[in-house]
Formats: sequence, C-alpha cells, structure tokens
Amino acid sequence: MIVTTPPPDPARTPLTVSGAHGASRREPDGAYLDHAATTPMSAAALAAYVAEAQRTGNASSLHSAGRTSRRAVEEARETLAKSLGARPSEIILTSGGTEADNLAIKGIFWGRRAQDTHRTRILVSAVEHHAVLDPAFWLAGHAGAEIVLLPVDGEGRLDLDALRAELAAHADETALISVMWANNEVGTVQPVRDVVRAARPYGIPVHTDAVQAVGQIEVDFTESGVDAMTVSGHKLGGPVGVGALLAKRDLALDAVLHGGGQERGVRSGTLDTASIAAFGVAARHAVDCRPQRAARLAALRDDLVARVRAAAPDAVLRGPDPASDPAGRLPGNAHFTFPGAEGDSLLYLLDSAGVQASTGSACQAGVPQPSHVLLAMGVPEAEARGALRFTLGATSTESDVDRLVAALPQVVARAQAAGLVSGRAMGELA
Amino acid sequence: MRVLAAMSGGVDSAVAAALAVEAGHDVVGVHMALSRNRDQFRTGSRGCCSIEDAGDARRAADLLGIPYYVWDLSERFEDTVVADFLSEYEAGRTPNPCVRCNEHIKFEALLDKATALGFDAVATGHYAQIVTREIPLPDGGARTVRELHRSPNDAKDQSYVLAVAGPERLARAMFPLGGFASKDEVRAEAARRGLSVSAKPDSYDICFVADGDTRGFLQSRLGSRPGEVVDVAGEVVGEHDGAYAFTVGQRKGLGLGRPAADGRARYVVDVQPATNTVVVGPAELLSVDRIAGEKALWFEGVLPEPTPWAEPVETAAQAPDVTPDPDGWFDAEVQVRAHGAPVPARVRSVARVGDAYGDDVAEGDRPASSSATGVAAAGMEIELTGSPLRGVAAGQSVVVYRGTRVLGQATVARAWRSRNA
Repeated sequence: MIVTTPPPDPARTPLTVSGAHGASRREPDGAYLDHAATTPMSAAALAAYVAEAQRTGNASSLHSAGRTSRRAVEEARETLAKSLGARPSEIILTSGGTEADNLAIKGIFWGRRAQDTHRTRILVSAVEHHAVLDPAFWLAGHAGAEIVLLPVDGEGRLDLDALRAELAAHADETALISVMWANNEVGTVQPVRDVVRAARPYGIPVHTDAVQAVGQIEVDFTESGVDAMTVSGHKLGGPVGVGALLAKRDLALDAVLHGGGQERGVRSGTLDTASIAAFGVAARHAVDCRPQRAARLAALRDDLVARVRAAAPDAVLRGPDPASDPAGRLPGNAHFTFPGAEGDSLLYLLDSAGVQASTGSACQAGVPQPSHVLLAMGVPEAEARGALRFTLGATSTESDVDRLVAALPQVVARAQAAGLVSGRAMGELA
Repeated sequence: MRVLAAMSGGVDSAVAAALAVEAGHDVVGVHMALSRNRDQFRTGSRGCCSIEDAGDARRAADLLGIPYYVWDLSERFEDTVVADFLSEYEAGRTPNPCVRCNEHIKFEALLDKATALGFDAVATGHYAQIVTREIPLPDGGARTVRELHRSPNDAKDQSYVLAVAGPERLARAMFPLGGFASKDEVRAEAARRGLSVSAKPDSYDICFVADGDTRGFLQSRLGSRPGEVVDVAGEVVGEHDGAYAFTVGQRKGLGLGRPAADGRARYVVDVQPATNTVVVGPAELLSVDRIAGEKALWFEGVLPEPTPWAEPVETAAQAPDVTPDPDGWFDAEVQVRAHGAPVPARVRSVARVGDAYGDDVAEGDRPASSSATGVAAAGMEIELTGSPLRGVAAGQSVVVYRGTRVLGQATVARAWRSRNA
C-alpha cells in the first residue's frame, strides 16, 4: 500500500534524538505500529553510520584510506557473526534482504544444477516472502526449475509431513529447500530445525529467510543447521539498503552480481562501509537487548490483542494464539482480519486517526492484494481482504496501543459500512 | 468539507485536487486502479491507467501535501463497465464506456465508498458545472436544486458523459475545473503550482482497450463468430467475423469485396445479433428524426408532474422554464455523441419505451437501429424538430439540454425515420 504523507518539516525534525528506547531516527508521528515494515535506527547505529559516511575510502583499496574502510567492514562482519552464531567468513554482505534471498535461491539453484543437472526442484513454503517466491518462479520460467509450494496449517506453520513425503519421493531431483524462520505477516515461527533434520539425510541445502526473526527470537545460524540464512539491516535498527546472506563455506553458491569479485566472488560491488558498520552495531544491540525487549513486546502485544478483541469483537486473530502458544509467534506481531471490511479502508481510517499499520501483504501498483499467506492458511479471499497487521518494536509503548484501541471501534464500523457498498460486498451478496 | 479527490495521474484531476485544497477543504487523493494487470508505463494516448500514471498522481498528491491512496476498483470495473461494453456490442448496440464508468465507478462505487468512509464530496477533473438555484415554494420558502451545466470550455465540456450520474449523486460531486474556459488555462494552473503533469498529453482512447483496437479487443473476449453482411434487399454482399464488432453508421472496415451496384458508399445501417447479420445500405438510411430512450433520468425541477416512474420535486412551482404541452412534450435540445452538437427537439417522459410510434415508421423503411431491449422502467421520447441526425446507434447516451443546462439523460433504445423525415 502506498501511503504518502507530506514531507516532514526539517525544523521539527532533529537529526538525532536519543529516546528512552535508544532509538535515534525520529519515529513517524502518531502511533507507529508497523515495525515489521521498518523500525527506527538505534542511536548507536546512526552514530556509526555518520562516522563512516564522513570518511573516504573503498574497502577494496590497498592504501591507508582503503584499509581504514576495510577494517570497519571486517569489524562489522565479526560483530554480525558473533551476534548471529556464524563465522565471519560465512557472511556475504548484500544490499538487503531481497538481494540476499535472490542470491540464495538463484545462487544455490545454479550451483546445485552445475553439480547435477537433474536437481531442478525448489521446495518453498507457501507463505514465503515474495523475495523468495518470485526468484523461484522466475527460475521456473527461465531456467527449467520446478517449484513445489509446501503447504501450511491454519496458523501458517509448515506441514512437515508434506515436506518429508516430497523428499521421500523426489530428493534426487531437489536443488534446495527454503523455509522462512518467521513469517512477516502473521508472525508464525517455522520449525526450521525440523526442516534441517528432514533434509540432512539427503544432503539437500536449506535456506531460511530470518529477516523478521533476528532481534525478536533467538537466531543462531550454526546451531540451526541451515546452509544459508537471510538477514536485513533496517528490520533490526540498522539502515535500509544493507543486509547479508549467511552461507556455509562448502555450499555450492553461484554469483548473481558479477564484477569486482568482492564477498568471496559471490557478490560483487563496492562495500557500503557506513551501512555495514551501522548494521553491525544495530545487530549486536538488537541481539543483546533481545531477551528483555522480547518479553516487553510480548506483554504489550498480548495487551494489544486482548484490547483489539474487546474493541472489535468480530475481529479474528490470524496465526498462532500467543495465549496458548507463546513460542509459536513473534513477540511483536499481531494480525487480525475484520469481517466485512477491506484492508485499504481500515488503513486509511486508521491513518486519519494517527495510527499507522499495514495490511501486511504485498501491493501491486499500490493496491493491496489478498495475502497469499492468508490464502495458504485457508482463509477465504473475502476475509483475507480485511487484514491488518500491527507490529511492535523498540519504540512501541502502551500509548500506541491506547491510540489504536480508541480509534478502532469507529474505524471498523466505518470500514464495514464502506465494505457493504463496495463492489466486492455487493458481488458477494448477489 | 472532507473531500476525496479522484486523481487519475493526469493534469485535470491534479489541478482539481489543488483547487479543492486551496478552497480550504480537507482533501485526500485517491487513484482508482481499474485493472489488475496494469502496464508499467504509459503507452499511446492513454493517460490514466498505467503504474506510471499512478506514480504521477502520487507525486501530485505529495506536492499538494495531501494523503494519497490507491483503491482497487478493478473487479467492479470489470463487472460493470467492461461487462456492459461486451454485452452491448454483443446485442448489436454501441456502448459508451465512459458514460458507464461515470455511472457505475466514479459516481457509484467510488462515491458510495467515499461517503461511507466519511467524505462529504468527491472532486474530479471533469469539465462541467454544478449550479445551485433557489426555487420558491408556495409557502414562501425556497428549495435548493442542483443543476448540471455545460462547461464554458466547449471543446472539453463533459456534461454529456456526466449526466448519467443524476442529480442525487452529483449533489455529492465537485468539479473545480467547471469554470475554466480552456485546457491551456488548466495547464497554466498546473505549471504555476509546479505540478509535473502540466504538459502531459490528453487521453482519448478507451482505457481498457490497450492499443485502441476495439474490434481486436472484442474478438479476444467474444471470440470469432463468422456471419453475413447483407444489403437492405437481403442480398449477401460480404462476410464478417462477428456482427458485434460493427456499429451503426460505420463505413470503414466493412471488408466488402465489390462495390455496390449503384457505386455509392455503403454504411452499416443495422446490426442484428439474433441472426449475426450486419446490414449495409446507403447513407440516407442512417438519417433519423425519432429516438426512443430507456433508463431515462431527469434532473430536479424538470418534470412538471409527479409520475410513478420519476418522482419530481413536490410543488408545481419548480419548473419555471420547462413548460410542457398537455401531452407532456416540451422543447429542448438533444445531443447523442460526446463531441456532437446539440440539435433542437421536442421531448417527453413516458412510462415505458415503445408505447408510442408503433405505426409512425415510414413505409418500407427499415429502422436504422432496431435492437431495442424492450421494456425499461422509464422511457423518453424524442422528436427532432430541425434537421435529422445520422448514425444514432442504440446503446449510446442521449442527453437533453436547455441551453447550458442538462435536463435529462437516457440510453438510446432505438432511432428511426418517421414519415415526416
């Protein structure tokens, strides 16, 4: 969904404000409940960014300016490795989560096919982010790949039996498996370790998109056993435009970007020292603060869920219920469908009331599409259109929830009235 | 007022939104996505429907400092405008999709959703004026009626395609460009505000027919249905791939192998869907002086007396300038094409189409268009009092004017020559 607001008044936008929660980039006005889209940069990350951005130096240059940049990059790489349970040499820095997912899907597919031309099957969960699904389907259209969408249950959790059956029948033709660590829409935590256990006997590499998980739940690359893992800077308090693919050193991985041979020759391009330095600082901060922050966010989220249910009694929580399955869901995620309402009406009305949320699903030309995640969970399309995701982060407070809950009854009533006169509702009645 | 500005990405709607903002309204910009599979970039003269156009609308909203949203009305558009376009051609009629879009999308789907969400009005970049007038009541009070009038910009006037929205819906519409006398003035207003769309070309094509090839679009959606082209004597003179692709008055693209016996140009004079036959004949068969309209609507203060099919306002004092004769006829002008000229006529409201005129068709004449759909809720009868019109196709909109003021609107059910013609 495209939501455009007037540009902020520079006079009212200080460069840095060190808030109580360690965030520095100013959070948007009102109740910002869209931290899964992007979350404010931490003060320390912004300081690291500014310090490096003021320096000149290409990390690939051999002179002293280059060495200074290289040192900042390698320190960040070591910090990232430590925070994510990986070795520094396993970290391939990218321009963000989307590039890392593309590198994983295409790079592993090409690498595996070079070893064995029969390996054309790509197994992905049906609830993957488009940054995983779209490269996979691109390979199906351009490189002879066959995509197997692994089903999920009603809460969005991977059907492991389906995966095992698929592997039992087609392991020899399978190039890779990609199952996200946690879902970006409904927050469902996937059984990644079980996926690894299922794949290991066949030697099939497993990739996981952990963009939403890092900083929310414990993520340890080595311990998880996955072969490749995507992380992103701006989802954990770093800048937009930087991320990484963690890849085991023995993984067959072809390059997507060719050029100067940076990053093991797998990802060419001049390293963005400032963003990488800030990414390292932000990741360490997010991981170090995670236990306390996650507990705080889970409590705030539980409160949000209870109060949304009270304010809008017909709202349906999608994804695992944190009351019965607290570990099954990201602590900062809540997701509802509102029967009879359309997501874009809800979004507009909440925005007007100073509450910024998301429909959670991808947009096409600015138009929210019914979420493929909800459809895969078996939610009917009409109900999927009334989806709203609320995601909490470091700067979230009880007052954000207060503002949402105060606005919600009228917002839902209005959106339901609009839904009654909209084409879809009419069509459904006819 | 809370105003929703419909923003296509073109210069007109951007300036309309700007004027609504400057008038002090609380404005939100909304771009309607009317197709699920939109082109990334603008092609040809289409100026509203690509992702690039949505981006232009967003930039204009940014500049105006107003929130901006995209609303997906593609299903509704397909179910109403596109479906009507196909079924009308299939029935041998000639639809006007812009009229249907105003009827079903802009002033129904968009307007109703806007109203439900708390907006007071929808502002668009149309060239037409809404004039409010006080009508005195017998008790000394007054009643405000809203009239739709032509734009002073004759070349751009869009009252013809707006009339279908009717008075109640237009009461919630706002046309900030209504007073502009030329498009150049609007472009200048856009440039003055730094709106990047100021030099964007006008759009003319049917937005959902990608390359302007209506016949190709119809064929892709309706399939090939070969049939015969006959002359008025019934002699087969050619073949076609689907009668639906022809429209009354059409001369080009008939694909007739040999010239007419008399060597004169031939035109489509009738499309007969039941037999999948296209009838061609000389130009004079296209001349009509009688039109029967269906789905008629009347603006406030026009109809003199209450009728079961059209509720007028409650007093007899409301129609000071429309004075019907005892049979209900009154003098007006009618227009049958978006860019056609109005012609003098006498007009009346009737309960249903086809009650009158049954014996008034000139002997030996084939009706120029005969594919009436039968009974409609409210009809309109029109007798042209000046020169006849050529090529009036069933399905087109007929709009009744008195000077600049729109009195009513109907869809042409049939048009024919009377004995007097």
